[in-house]
Amino acid sequence: MLLEVLESGFMTTVQDVSGRRGYAAQGVPRSGAMDWFALTAANYLAGNDWNATGLECFASGPILQTNANGVVAAAGRGFELWVDDDHFPLWTAVGVKSGQRIQLLALPDAGWGYLAFSGGVDVPLVMGSCATCLRAGFGGFEGRPLRSGDVLKVGGGNESTRIWPGIKHSLPAIVMPNYGDAVVVQVIPGPQVERFEPDGWAIFLASEYTLSSLSDRMGYRLEGAPISTTHSADVLSEGTLPGAIQVPGDGKPVVLMADSQTTGGYAKIAAVITADQPLLAQCLPGRGRVRFRETTVAAAQERYRGMLRQLQQALIARA
Amino acid sequence: MALLLQLGGQIDTQLNARVHALARSLAGMDVDGLGECVPGYASLLINYDPLRLDREEVAERIFAALDTLELRTENPKVVEIPVIYGGEFGPDLETVAKHNKLSIAEVVRLHSQPLYPVYFIGFLPGFPYLGGLDPAIACPRLDTPRPAIPAGSVGIAGNQTGIYPSESPGGWRIIGRTPLKLFDWCRQPPALLAPGDQVRFIPISAEEFERAA
Repeated sequence: MLLEVLESGFMTTVQDVSGRRGYAAQGVPRSGAMDWFALTAANYLAGNDWNATGLECFASGPILQTNANGVVAAAGRGFELWVDDDHFPLWTAVGVKSGQRIQLLALPDAGWGYLAFSGGVDVPLVMGSCATCLRAGFGGFEGRPLRSGDVLKVGGGNESTRIWPGIKHSLPAIVMPNYGDAVVVQVIPGPQVERFEPDGWAIFLASEYTLSSLSDRMGYRLEGAPISTTHSADVLSEGTLPGAIQVPGDGKPVVLMADSQTTGGYAKIAAVITADQPLLAQCLPGRGRVRFRETTVAAAQERYRGMLRQLQQALIARA
Repeated sequence: MALLLQLGGQIDTQLNARVHALARSLAGMDVDGLGECVPGYASLLINYDPLRLDREEVAERIFAALDTLELRTENPKVVEIPVIYGGEFGPDLETVAKHNKLSIAEVVRLHSQPLYPVYFIGFLPGFPYLGGLDPAIACPRLDTPRPAIPAGSVGIAGNQTGIYPSESPGGWRIIGRTPLKLFDWCRQPPALLAPGDQVRFIPISAEEFERAA
């Protein structure tokens, strides 16, 4: 199937779920979906492997025209899936026929939206991943966001419009994330938490932070009560990863996101657990409010495993 | 998910060599679920998949690797980086000379003399964190960063020297440029330098730069 981009939407990029692994020691950011849960769910709904390549957009979605049959699934926060004149809620898979128009239409609370297509978006594998690395301009579709007029290749060719027999065509509401603009996000203490104890750590857990509009795929900046350190805020530069919360000298935390640099020299007070990263990602910069609650590594990993298990059980009849 | 292991608290080539030795050792174990390692000056970030390994199992592997750590005995790889110093390619060379009360030729000589250890790669794809700058040519950053520094620019910031792998805004004092690509995603490996390598800057002429570029 070919997809012609009629309208690109905002920041529409080709992404996979896991991002680029194995090149961080060369300074290559991970990239991949901002909301790993939504793209994983969309992939399952489209009958794909969990890590298949799809489209991500922010606040405004693309309009695409197909030239063959296939299945499309949509997920994320604050969009509707339109196929010609029919509309469907997110977390749904729909069969599309050659010549139809697919639109991810933004609603007022639109955050990150995802489209998955049966067979996945077909772009060259760069360093083991199809994710777009915007910072260095490679991967995905020519290393950049989509523009109108681009033509994407999807899957093998003409596919069935039938939802894959082993897959349910929509996600039960109970499994959907509780996205919103006032979220509580669980964290584990970071490697330099002792630099903030006892006062800074207490402020961090007791305060409500607003997501700055200066947030992007690299990092979400938080505005609110500044966090005091007992020592300097700087550390010898060390490896970082998405979810880590750095506190620069001004005491305002920055949560590293999917396009985070691979190393950093600011002290890390905490890390957002993988299970809650979608909640934070979908809390809207400029108006979203976040509180942090401490958890343990064991509990965090159990929640992550549970989330995946629940998703697979809800969608894959045979699992 | 990842564990961050701190092996010490200072910038030191011996300590950093232990970081790289540990990364090699863990990669050599080929454990299912153990992911990539990211070295820092004195630390190693060790990624793992919690669906296949739990934290205790990862910790066991790390302790086993630390017990049998083998520092590399052969000499590190030396990568020669040709640099055209000054002029349009190094607009801050004169400032660095004046700041340190040296001639331009002396700055070039002091910059191209040492073997610089690559502590790790970070900040931008392919950007090397180099040690070993002669304090005699240290220079503070620009007060106002430039919006775009060309790829290949060689600069000084405080007591550090570095090379921009791609065009980027930055406040480093730019003293020259290399025609080499520090990072090329079409190449395998994409980064020219690897943690643990050593760098030597080789002064070249404008003709040599044009031929190589």
